[in-house]
Amino acid sequence: MTYTFNETQMAEFNRLVARYPEGKQKSALLPALHLAQESFDGWLPTELMDYIAGLLKIEPIEVYEVASFYSMYNLKPVGKFIFEVCQTGPCMISGSDDIIAYIQQKLDIKPGETTKDGIFTLKLVECLGACGYAPMMQVGKIYKEHLTKEKVDSIIAEYRATVTK
Amino acid sequence: MGVKLLLDKANVPGIRSYEVYRREGGYRSVEKALKEMNPESIVEEVKKSGLRGRGGAGFPTGMKWSFIAKPEGVPRHLVCNADESEPGTFKDRYLMEFLPHLLIEGLIVSSFALGSNDTYIYIRGEYAWIPDILEEAINEAKANGWLGKNILGTGFDCNIHVQRGAGAYICGEETALIESLEGKRGNPRIKPPFPAIQGLWQRPTVVNNVETLAAIVPIINLGGDEYAKIGVGRSTGTKLISACGNINKPGVYEIDMTISVEEFIYSDEYCGGIKGGKKLKACIPGGSSVPILPANLLLKTAKGETRYMNYESLSDGGFATGSMLGSGGFIVLDEDQCIVKNTLTLARFYRHESCGQCSPCREGTGWMEKILNKIEHGKGTIADIDLLWDIQRKIEGNTICPLGDAAAWPVAAAIRHFRDEFEWHINNPVLSQTSNFGLQHYADPIHVPA
Ligand SMILES: Cc1cc2nc3c(=O)[nH]c(=O)nc-3n(C[C@H](O)[C@H](O)[C@H](O)COP(=O)(O)O)c2cc1C
Ligand code: SF4
Ligand code: FES
Repeated sequence: MTYTFNETQMAEFNRLVARYPEGKQKSALLPALHLAQESFDGWLPTELMDYIAGLLKIEPIEVYEVASFYSMYNLKPVGKFIFEVCQTGPCMISGSDDIIAYIQQKLDIKPGETTKDGIFTLKLVECLGACGYAPMMQVGKIYKEHLTKEKVDSIIAEYRATVTK
Repeated sequence: MGVKLLLDKANVPGIRSYEVYRREGGYRSVEKALKEMNPESIVEEVKKSGLRGRGGAGFPTGMKWSFIAKPEGVPRHLVCNADESEPGTFKDRYLMEFLPHLLIEGLIVSSFALGSNDTYIYIRGEYAWIPDILEEAINEAKANGWLGKNILGTGFDCNIHVQRGAGAYICGEETALIESLEGKRGNPRIKPPFPAIQGLWQRPTVVNNVETLAAIVPIINLGGDEYAKIGVGRSTGTKLISACGNINKPGVYEIDMTISVEEFIYSDEYCGGIKGGKKLKACIPGGSSVPILPANLLLKTAKGETRYMNYESLSDGGFATGSMLGSGGFIVLDEDQCIVKNTLTLARFYRHESCGQCSPCREGTGWMEKILNKIEHGKGTIADIDLLWDIQRKIEGNTICPLGDAAAWPVAAAIRHFRDEFEWHINNPVLSQTSNFGLQHYADPIHVPA
């Protein structure tokens, strides 16, 4: 599969690169990988990383190195929505264990897995800077905070509805 | 009500917008700094203010700024550290989300002082909605002549760019952050050279925390001397504290560093006491890296004096009986919390976040997590406690960057103050799976180490 940004995506890519001085376009790599991941299937296949390397005029290995270092880049296919539930100290003492167990039971998957219908992936993550609003999880760009079992139910229903519509 | 310098306008409706922010007196410090002052006199004012870095290390900001090299013809950069990933810390997020113009204002003045024409905000990738807020504020500031070319007719050009990280605590460390801004893995650099000499793209660079840069605004408006009168001793000005855990009112509070820890936890103006009327067991007062303190040592120092919410008082007693103000991430644990489990989650965090460059950190963090996991699940031995102690000592001070220390300290402090709880876990492998040690150690009079 080959990847190409459409016009809007390319304009955004150019805006990202323009932030840095001449010859320092590699600095745009992290934002460019975010853009690539969001523009296609939510993860970074090798061909897509190679495409970004070409655009930034750097070696593919420089892209792989970075993509594998940062936790927000997915190197494997993921569900349409990723529930990234925080499990670090402050969330744990505020009840994240129960929420994690409940989501596992509701979606019938373990951390790292995706539901059979391909809609949800469950990922356990470390502190997201929302410790005062715990337990919490990130779904896409959004934080869902003060989680309760009821709230988890309605979040699952909400996202499911956007797919079946 | 204590003095508020940063969040005083936080509740004004519409303060996120340029019009309201300006109407409330915003951007006055840019006018003053660019028209009435020069870079040297701004640095002087910041020195006089006594401001210490709000990112965790508490290094004097004015002094840091005076170190920046100024080689002829080489651009310099200011980088705002908005990576905020230390567990328990969420104050910078609050500032950026609700008072974006305050940060932009502080950045313009600071960029002028340091001679940075291109200033970068490096924000943790997970705060994915905040770059839009910041970029809107930047565009508004630009449209109103506070950014761009020839600002206020002074000949000073400045642009601010926002770059998202992608999930790596280590990128909060300033040299790792610089590597990341260059489009690389976040591996900390060996210092020297320091960023002030060779930083971003090998150019002189200053990295400062969001809150530090926001505090420049009141410092310029009030003057350094007036700012320094607020607070106490070397803890001048105000500090944002993000309070979380088992309290009634978690959230972000601005304090003037003269209040006691007891007042901060129990007063309705701040945390509002322990949730559910339970008892206080312990607290990590400055973000996950700083030593945990049991309730008795938190509220009073080992000498029996009241402990206050400032740099000096929180570290009174050193690591034996004190802790640190750190990043201001204030994590409160009630009587039902398990110290072993809490320590395990932190050890897992540091193992996950180690960049892997130095073997003591890479191997040590993994090893500590494994042992704590064993103890937590009732499979530990008493010798494991000593082994943990030994490992953390071998990490501390033996690594390229301070993440190694940050991983070692929480484990060391947990054993130092709660060894009895670790032993109880080991001696009661079945019971410890269903119940907690609670507050039993407070019955032990030798619990406070000498
Ligand atoms: C592992 C590690 C993580 C850090 N994370 C942050 C962070 O998220 N935000 C921050 O401002 N400083 C962080 N720091 C401190 C920075 O290295 C640096 O000291 C700080 O940004 C300087 O700004 P200040 O003087 O204004 O505090 C971290 C340090 C280490 C060792
Ligand atoms: S101490 Fe840890 S995080 Fe820091 S450079 Fe060494 S391995 Fe990387
Ligand atoms: S510990 Fe979960 S958001 Fe900080």
